[in-house]
Amino acid sequence: MKEVDVQELQKLIDSFAKKDVYIHLETTNGSYATHFNEQFFNASAFIRNAKIRYEHGKVIDDNPHRIGLKLENGWVYAQGITHYEVDEQGRLLMAGLNQEGKLAIALEISETPFA
Amino acid sequence: MTLTPQRHILMVFPHPDDEAFSSAGLIRLYRNMGVPVTYACLTLGEMGRNLGNPPFATRESLPEIRRKELLKACEAMGIEDLRMMGFRDKTVEFEDDEKMVKLVQDLIDEVNPSLIITFYPNYSVHPDHEATARAVVEAVRRMPKEKRPVVYGVAFANNTVAEIGEPDVVIDISSVKEDKLKTLLAHNSQTAWMIEENNKRVDEGQPMSDSWFHYEKFYTITFDEE
Repeated sequence: MKEVDVQELQKLIDSFAKKDVYIHLETTNGSYATHFNEQFFNASAFIRNAKIRYEHGKVIDDNPHRIGLKLENGWVYAQGITHYEVDEQGRLLMAGLNQEGKLAIALEISETPFA
Repeated sequence: MTLTPQRHILMVFPHPDDEAFSSAGLIRLYRNMGVPVTYACLTLGEMGRNLGNPPFATRESLPEIRRKELLKACEAMGIEDLRMMGFRDKTVEFEDDEKMVKLVQDLIDEVNPSLIITFYPNYSVHPDHEATARAVVEAVRRMPKEKRPVVYGVAFANNTVAEIGEPDVVIDISSVKEDKLKTLLAHNSQTAWMIEENNKRVDEGQPMSDSWFHYEKFYTITFDEE
């Protein structure tokens, strides 16, 4: 993965619009967050292979980036994206990595289900 | 403590590297004695957070990396029977509970272990650890008392010693500490940060607690009789 290039990422997001696509959306603090700091309120969300269709999507030019996908009847968004790549299977993989290189959020879009 | 003789050891852990931190030394010692070891690793740690910055992996390429690391770690411990059970990281607690108990029962029926190593229920922090521990303990609890293998539980929650005291099994693993280090290093995608931390501490004059490479500690799990 490389750091977000907004223009290139915008084109990639556009290329999946108006198609049935599978998404992986994940936020996480890690399962040990409360172990290391008992005051920490650990919350996360994970959804894999939800099938959606978005009318349009947008990447916002703030770093870390916000990505929003407008659905017919709703929204998907991710905040904190820093890196992305199109993998060898043509899937758009976006991730937000903190200073230590630990994943904090992932948003992935694919025309076929993820394994 | 000296090692008690074993016929066959079954390890059940959810993530590649759980075994390296907790029991690689013990396993290496038993393998050196020729005791067969079966390691059932439930997931491939697909949800590991460490991707590096700049990243060396993606959420989708991580499992394959960790599969290779696991094989390498087993080589360092001398484990010849590794079972990758195909569950997904962070979802073990949501699986059907009976299915998980059955999975452990089937492993026990097949390999007939005299010792099982897993996590200790309620004191193993990660939800996957807890779910794994519950399944193992329940599977063994259902066995006739005289047929039950001994079960060693790994516990590291902050309240462990306060609530259940000190571990009753303390094994000196210093003679195989190089193998334990090799096992930890095999899980590079998860342990690189730890090595880096250690190097920092060495620079500051306080190296990593040597205890990891001196002792491995376990609680013998007991079963309430009904």
